[in-house]
Amino acid sequence: MRIIAISVVALALLTASPALAQQKPDPAKVDAAVKASLKTFPAPPEVWQPRLDADETMRACAASDNSPPKAVVDAIAKRERGSIEYPADGQFIGDWKKGEATAQSGYGLRSTDYPATRANGGNCYACHQLSKTEVSYGTIGPSLLGYGKLREFKADEVKIAYEKVYNSHAAFPCSLMPRFGSNKVLTMDQIKDLVALLMSKDSPVNQ
Amino acid sequence: MTFGFRPLLVACAIFALGSSALAQDSDAATEKAIEKYRQMLKEDPWSNPGLLDADRGEGLWTSARGPKKVSLEQCDLGKGPGNVEGAFAELPRYFADADRVMDVETRILWCMEKLQGFDRAELIKRPHPGGGQPVKELGAIATYVASKSSGMKYSAKFDQPKEKESVALGEALFVRRSGPFDFACTTCHAAPNTRIRLQGLAHLSNPEGARKVIGEWPAYRVSSTHVMTMQHRLADCFWQMRLPEPELGSDLTVALISYLTSQAKGGDISAPGLKR
Repeated sequence: MRIIAISVVALALLTASPALAQQKPDPAKVDAAVKASLKTFPAPPEVWQPRLDADETMRACAASDNSPPKAVVDAIAKRERGSIEYPADGQFIGDWKKGEATAQSGYGLRSTDYPATRANGGNCYACHQLSKTEVSYGTIGPSLLGYGKLREFKADEVKIAYEKVYNSHAAFPCSLMPRFGSNKVLTMDQIKDLVALLMSKDSPVNQ
Repeated sequence: MTFGFRPLLVACAIFALGSSALAQDSDAATEKAIEKYRQMLKEDPWSNPGLLDADRGEGLWTSARGPKKVSLEQCDLGKGPGNVEGAFAELPRYFADADRVMDVETRILWCMEKLQGFDRAELIKRPHPGGGQPVKELGAIATYVASKSSGMKYSAKFDQPKEKESVALGEALFVRRSGPFDFACTTCHAAPNTRIRLQGLAHLSNPEGARKVIGEWPAYRVSSTHVMTMQHRLADCFWQMRLPEPELGSDLTVALISYLTSQAKGGDISAPGLKR
């Protein structure tokens, strides 16, 4: 993901548009335009409305075209790692079949998805290749085909996979991927199911 | 909405691949199948149902309507009252009478309110059609106006202070990350040759990428069987980004359209376009 971000910046520099030459607007003005122009989330105001504000990590990522300097990268990784909550029993692997369903589903949090009628999806296939059987996959993220096999199903890789799904910025600051756990998009159990999808020997990811 | 069309593309891809093709080797073939489908859509320009909406829009433009029972023929789209020919090619632009920058839909909205006496709040309440429903009146008028610049090139100047401000605001909004998914426009539209599922993504941070696609809107979208305007298309992105719907004619929408149009400067206008 980071490589993508860097190459995007490089491309942007090579093809500098007229707009880039202009002065950047005051961030407060940008935030005000967002608040004045968007309707409110169709949910109680305390649930999602605060997330219209870009937090410190998102500000740093946006300001640098998702490629901040080393010191900022380290600060983001540290801060985002701090928001990861771990299963109390140390068990990271759920049910890969449920994980596959979560990876397929794009349901949830779109303006027409309120009130929710089922669990949010992770929509993983929108951006990642995961299995040979699903040909409709996106390419914004790297292919995850054979993810567990490539890592020899090692125990420490299970925890790393959990952390990447829970908060991708801990491993890849300014990743394009949503912070599924920290942002409360997916539950801890759903994330464990996705870890199972990635790291189980019998999961379609590793066939 | 956005992903609702997937089964058709998938079917299209699978048809082209045959059942024995290996999924992991199929990327190029999949892209090829999708491209062939796009070409088929483009081969006969008169088959574009969006042209019917452009005609409907022309009728609406010239008819006396609204509480004041006047037509829009006194509406100044920037080239003088009633001059539609080539007006879209120079939008968005600053309008002194409204003291703000406006894209085509925001300007038509303004004219419908000020000249015809329509209730603005009512017009922007549900401005975009649901799947299968025809584009609303404002959108049909915008389709007509855009069609009168078809064959021309984008030539908005963006040299007025407020126009420059709008482009700069649009660029800042384009990279701004927020919401439950931390998405920005750049999440999907700042790299070449990427896809969501099988749908190729426009590379809008790159002028060449922007010139390829921006001039096709408003466009007839086969998947939702109606004309989708640029304001509607933006709202669709916000839906996908898990953000609340942007208000038609708001500063955010005008700024993003200003930025995208400035990126597409010099690009061909072929509206209404025909999209997947």
